[in-house]
Amino acid sequence: MLILTCPCCGVTAEETEFHGGGEAHIKRHGPGSSDDEFHGYLFEKVNPKGVHFERWRHANGCGKWFHAARCTVTLEVFGTYSAQTTEPPQDIKDRISARRPGWSWREFA
Amino acid sequence: MSEAVSALDGASHEGFVRVEDMGLRAMITLRGDLASATLRKAVKAAAGVDLPEARGIEVAGDRAVAWMSPDELLILGAYDAAQELRDKLEKDISGEHALVADVSDARALLRVSGGVGAREVIAKLCPVDMAPEAFGPGQFRRTRMAQIPAAIWMPDAQSVQVVCFRSVAEYAFNLLRNAAAPGSEAGLFI
Repeated sequence: MLILTCPCCGVTAEETEFHGGGEAHIKRHGPGSSDDEFHGYLFEKVNPKGVHFERWRHANGCGKWFHAARCTVTLEVFGTYSAQTTEPPQDIKDRISARRPGWSWREFA
Repeated sequence: MSEAVSALDGASHEGFVRVEDMGLRAMITLRGDLASATLRKAVKAAAGVDLPEARGIEVAGDRAVAWMSPDELLILGAYDAAQELRDKLEKDISGEHALVADVSDARALLRVSGGVGAREVIAKLCPVDMAPEAFGPGQFRRTRMAQIPAAIWMPDAQSVQVVCFRSVAEYAFNLLRNAAAPGSEAGLFI
């Protein structure tokens, strides 16, 4: 079971107080984009074994969205951070590098 | 006007702790910038209580202000003061980007009291560390209670108050009643 800390309200709870919102840092393609781009935006999600970035919502708490970096193998949570960003902050990346040297995820490493 | 009653209409149950409906309370939701001086002043004037710290609740008599999220407060008062509270807040924060809503009739308020067993009843239902060193009076926690959202706080070391949606009040009461069934004490916090 995941133990997540909501960066918005500071509460630490197990995952049933939250709701997963799928993959993080997805670039949205809407009107004006090509069919391929739109298809990619809708369907092409990564399903990594190891480091993963996700969106979560503190559904039964403060109600805010945030990002989480975790390992899909061990359920280790490397950290949570604000939803108002398009890439993981450096301190989160550093923490992952310390635990999983040489990691990469989409364009981030 | 029709006579307002709470969803549970004063129901109570004696288990190893007492579970009871607390009847109707005024509950005003206030959303806005909690750092705004105007908003803070308005809350203080209306509720007569200081703004709580994050994840906290400030209580004075029948008035209380609870921290719901980084941009939301819940203001409690006597049921018949709801209109007055709302009007006063609305007037005082006019011009601010904020929302005041009277949610008194959308909520139910329950109390579990009668000893440290109250902690145990909540611990059985919510993913919250109810150990005295982790949670106590002054703190306010929104969480999940079995299958429903709920918020809890402790007016004193022997009791817990629970706010949930009115539509699930009976479910919440039955949950608490079951969790307080005599013979089911785990003796966690004694």
